[in-house]
Amino acid sequence: MPTTLKDEAAIVGIGETEYSKNSGRSELALAAEACRAAIADAGLTPADIDGMTTFTMDNSDEIEVARAVGVGDLRFFSRTPHGGGAAIGVMHQAVMAVATGSAKAVVVYRALNGRSGARYSEGVSGGPTTSDLIHWSWYMPSGLMTPASWVAMVTQRYMHETGCTSEDLAEVCIAQREHAIKNPRAFFHGKPLTLEEHQSARHIVEPLRLYDCCQETDGGAACVVVSPEMARDLPNPPALIRAVAQGAGAHQESMTSFYRPTMTDLPEVDLSARQCWEISGLTADDIDAAVIYDAFSSIVLWQLESYGFCKKGEAADFIRDGALRLGGRLPTNTHGGQLSEAYVHGMNGVNEGVRLIRGTSTSQPAKNEHVLVTAGVGVPTSGMILGQG
Amino acid sequence: MAISGTEREEFEKQLEAYVGLDIGLEDRGRDPVNAAMVRHWCEAMGDACGAYTDAAEAAASVHGELVAPPTMLQTWILGGVSMASGESDPRDKQKELHRLFDSKGFTGVVATNTEQEYTRYLKMGDEIRAKTVIESISEQKATGLGIGYFINTRSTFRDQNDEEVGWLTFRVLKFEIAEASASSSSEAAAPSRPQRLKPALGHDNAWWWDCVEKDELAIQRCSRCQALRHPPRPMCGECQASDWDFVFSTGQGTIYSFVVIRHPEVPGYTYPLVVAVVELEEGTRFVGNVLDIDPEEVEIGMPVQASIELVDDEMKLPVFRRAQ
Repeated sequence: MPTTLKDEAAIVGIGETEYSKNSGRSELALAAEACRAAIADAGLTPADIDGMTTFTMDNSDEIEVARAVGVGDLRFFSRTPHGGGAAIGVMHQAVMAVATGSAKAVVVYRALNGRSGARYSEGVSGGPTTSDLIHWSWYMPSGLMTPASWVAMVTQRYMHETGCTSEDLAEVCIAQREHAIKNPRAFFHGKPLTLEEHQSARHIVEPLRLYDCCQETDGGAACVVVSPEMARDLPNPPALIRAVAQGAGAHQESMTSFYRPTMTDLPEVDLSARQCWEISGLTADDIDAAVIYDAFSSIVLWQLESYGFCKKGEAADFIRDGALRLGGRLPTNTHGGQLSEAYVHGMNGVNEGVRLIRGTSTSQPAKNEHVLVTAGVGVPTSGMILGQG
Repeated sequence: MAISGTEREEFEKQLEAYVGLDIGLEDRGRDPVNAAMVRHWCEAMGDACGAYTDAAEAAASVHGELVAPPTMLQTWILGGVSMASGESDPRDKQKELHRLFDSKGFTGVVATNTEQEYTRYLKMGDEIRAKTVIESISEQKATGLGIGYFINTRSTFRDQNDEEVGWLTFRVLKFEIAEASASSSSEAAAPSRPQRLKPALGHDNAWWWDCVEKDELAIQRCSRCQALRHPPRPMCGECQASDWDFVFSTGQGTIYSFVVIRHPEVPGYTYPLVVAVVELEEGTRFVGNVLDIDPEEVEIGMPVQASIELVDDEMKLPVFRRAQ
């Protein structure tokens, strides 16, 4: 029995639907198509799959997806909460299942009609009286009810404390857009972004402007996780999971952790980072490229700090000379990210991490031994390190 | 239902023809700027500034003579009681535009905002007139009142020497009245205007909202270790005690962080909407709106004072204003 999750599993297949603003079909259909594509990419058949996992926010049950895809016996199924923070949390579930023998091949999926269906930008409003709704009730009456408004609150304080400016945030957006230009899956394929366009775009919630906010997308993404031994017999080079971890911190709320002694401290991200380094035995210096969760531009900066690519409060300096761009210190979100490829709740980022390891990204850095993939900020969060198998 | 398809396209093409039009009439003040109207206005508004109503005080002021309050600008050219009679000059392009909206079912009208700028103080005897241009018409909008269009006009005010003395922009919404579009519905009458989202109430927070109803901003306190905590929780994170009581905050605090919400605009709220995390002097933080302030003036560290007020027709909420 392993005592850590180091090198206990690998991603052997990835798949996705097209990313659009109106899929014209059900979320279940998107989930099933993404899973089918991932299973085929892995060189497996639905009958080989015995585990499935997704987000609590996903509207398509594991058994519904399994039935649609033609998966038979399921020995493992689970859900991970907290929106985008779950994107690597689901990977954590899959790796634990494979490492413990609870399942041999786990499909991880997430599919949503995020633009034509329920839009997260429209905010929270109601539902059954759970502790979660009581939590939102501290904010809804004052009108603080969208992800942009929650993240803007921490961003404002971060800018106040560090001197980070809106132009610094623009560098995150522009660097990622440079990658999206080359990615045919991306909404902003072929469409560059200038600093002037970023700065003249309207505010959504000050200090966040339009391009600081991710898209809303219809689409699904999925991947297949198996043991490294099984991976050796499959057609694609595996993306070995060198470490995977989740984290929730002291005084954690979902998106509104406004009550910590220092609001800009993100102990949940620090915790995911610390575990990734401890489990893998690697450091930030070993990472060649990254997929950093980017529901909003500012949260990329905070994660660069938590994962140790630069000191706390110095991320704007770190990226100013193009560190996130191809050829920079840490090519990041080489698919365009959720700002410029698509918002599939971080699962499209997992697939991009696998492409980086395979060497098949449309913005492929020369060196690709280790890739960091993170998920979620301001929520209980998660991260993993991928390596060559 | 609002018009759609080619009917809407043709209608919107008709609207375009009005953008940039002078409404065709000049509004002329029926009386020159005069002390009697200024005095009535100041009494109604509760404005006690001597430069407006006290000749001796005015003479000693920077003006050297009586002047009119700048915000009376539009008063001088309004039509008075005749405005209410409903009669209008057939040459009036603005009225014509409104009738066009009426004919397509957008019969509701509400003034939404105005901006004014004053070039100089008006003096007794000044003769004021104004010309108005239809500046823009918005695309179709779904608003809290119903589907409609915003019409922006700009009026330029001049004096007897044809010198500009100020301008004002005025925005009205012409909208399809919701009752008409919901006429097939048998539901009970909806509230007259959209209300804010209300909190869900449960064991862990209903008591706090009860305090708000009694105009108190409460902070939960652990009965054992006395630690204050907000938002309320059923157990003390410091000492794990389940017993608690509460204290009332003075409402004094400073802004720890804030946002200015511009999109999306949710019915029931006024935008731009300032929301702040306020550090109360008791040490806990609280999230609430900051009112009566230009969003550009809000800053971290600003002292604020809470008061508990009705924020719509139904809900009381602690809100903050800049401390004096």
